[in-house]
Amino acid sequence: MPKPLPVPAKAPGLRQTMSDLHTWTGLLLGWFLYAMFLTGTVSYFKDELSQWSRPELTRQIALPDPAAAAQRVADALAQIAPGSSQWGMRMPDARSNTVSSFWRTAPGQPGQRGFAQGNFDPVTGAAVTSRATQGGEFFFRFHFQFHYLPAIWGRWLAGLAGMFMLVAIVSGVITHKKIFVDFFTFRGGKGQRSWLDAHNALSVFGLPFHLMITYTGLVTLMALYMPWGQQAAIQTAAEKRQLSSELSVFIPPGKASGQPAALAPVDAMVRQAQAVWGPHNIGGVTITHPGDAAARVSVARGSAERVSMSPQYMLFEGSTGKLLETHDRVGPAAETRGVLYALHLGRFSDLSLRWLYFIVSLAGTAMVGTGLVMWTVKRRAKLADPDRPYFGFWLVERLNIAAIAGLSIAMAGFLWANRLLPAQLPQRADWEIHAFFAVWALALLHALVRPARRAWVEQLWLAAAVLALTPVLNALTTDRPLWRSLAEGDWVFAGMDLALWAFAAVHAALALRTLRHRARAPARAARLNARAGEAA
Amino acid sequence: MSVLPGRAARSDAHRIGALVSRIAAALLGGYALAALTSLAALALPMDKAQGVLTGMLLSFVVYAGAVVWVFAARSARRAWAGLLIAALPLVLASWFARTLHFPF
Repeated sequence: MPKPLPVPAKAPGLRQTMSDLHTWTGLLLGWFLYAMFLTGTVSYFKDELSQWSRPELTRQIALPDPAAAAQRVADALAQIAPGSSQWGMRMPDARSNTVSSFWRTAPGQPGQRGFAQGNFDPVTGAAVTSRATQGGEFFFRFHFQFHYLPAIWGRWLAGLAGMFMLVAIVSGVITHKKIFVDFFTFRGGKGQRSWLDAHNALSVFGLPFHLMITYTGLVTLMALYMPWGQQAAIQTAAEKRQLSSELSVFIPPGKASGQPAALAPVDAMVRQAQAVWGPHNIGGVTITHPGDAAARVSVARGSAERVSMSPQYMLFEGSTGKLLETHDRVGPAAETRGVLYALHLGRFSDLSLRWLYFIVSLAGTAMVGTGLVMWTVKRRAKLADPDRPYFGFWLVERLNIAAIAGLSIAMAGFLWANRLLPAQLPQRADWEIHAFFAVWALALLHALVRPARRAWVEQLWLAAAVLALTPVLNALTTDRPLWRSLAEGDWVFAGMDLALWAFAAVHAALALRTLRHRARAPARAARLNARAGEAA
Repeated sequence: MSVLPGRAARSDAHRIGALVSRIAAALLGGYALAALTSLAALALPMDKAQGVLTGMLLSFVVYAGAVVWVFAARSARRAWAGLLIAALPLVLASWFARTLHFPF
């Protein structure tokens, strides 16, 4: 017999339509959002992850003087890239132990798209060599442009996901009658109710953060997503330069004069900037056309002590060291954008604020994860035969397993590849990334062929195991095991080991819960049956 | 029920059509409204670069609001109508900005 058509007596209310909107915007790109949230979360420790990925490089004991370090690296670059039209260097801070540097290469020279890069020891100025790896940079890039597809497409996909997230947050808030009360409500061990309460608490606890991080994420790439005003109004080269100077410290190299002129001491220029912004508040140094009379040196302010990424720099004449311009002011809209950008990246944070960022961002990850799981929990109760669900349910359930539990295994796989791949392997940095995706693909395959609940348990246990064993692997393959890093106060390595164990514990706890949940369900049914029997 | 299979199918098709129309209104109509906002912001009394950036910053808020409106509206037709009404002042402002920045 055909099911009678549901005939709505009247149009559904606002709360119902917003609930539907929330469900579907949350689900459709939810797996991308979960991956973006988790890889973005670990990117708050991007520099630390990069340090961990290069265990050969010695730990930084004392913070080097940026002026002296800039001079040493400029001297080194004069040997390595003498005819380059531009050198750039990011000064080391408490979180990085090298000066990372890039320089423009002439066409036909090696280097990616006209750029080459290297790392330098701030104390000696020598180029440092370590295993080829992207380290924390991989997770950071993945979280807004994914991989294996052109960066622009990845960024558009991330933008679409971000827009869905923004709509999911707004519609989620409208759905909630009791947003304040819900925060204090948790009914544990009650199946769907508990998932709903967990989802609500995680969402409401971090609501300002989730809203901020989603909107500011869109802002970081807004010129890509909304280019129309710029295309209409910004026409001349001067206007383009002016807009660019409102957004970025990056100065285009311009034209060389052809007149050779020695570069004036770079350290003296950096010292002038230090006098204004503080001894350790130098972000980077850019030198255009070194060795030419038209050379320019720009010294950018660091990200500490202000919550804005709006460009602030001093521009010097390269041949004389004379201060030409101090760029320390942008327009109100540009400053607003700078603040929003800074809020997203959190580079201004000290250690405690950085941990707070990390924890709230994890809550956001868990918000997306619980939302995805809730979609299946809510519908499983209504399945005619839970062993044979319809295709859509089956697909969502399997994708959830691979996207949530599988991603943890894949991320650990990246760390293992970093420790296990031979140092001399060609394209080694790429292979670390291939390993990440290969592990993730295997997790998806496993999720597709195993019964759902068992797939959850097995993958969560596996994630717990590989996470817990990563510090062991680190102890076996490097000379920086936990006991040594603890004894030496090396908190990048010790912190990484301890955090991995904390994550392993979380995965083990989730595995245990999932396992117990399964064991209890038939027991409860049996109890209910028994009671029903007594009543009869 | 069995006497009216045609009507049931037509009603289903109608419901799906209305949903597709709403999704198009949200994705494409919402983006168009957001893009118009970024153009209309050029009419604000500030220099061009600031106007451009203000428009970009506002556009995502407008986009999110438009999507919520599209699904909150009582019918797909009303959803589209609302977008068009909201677009009107934005079109006027964009046109005004055009004469402001390119007076000939």
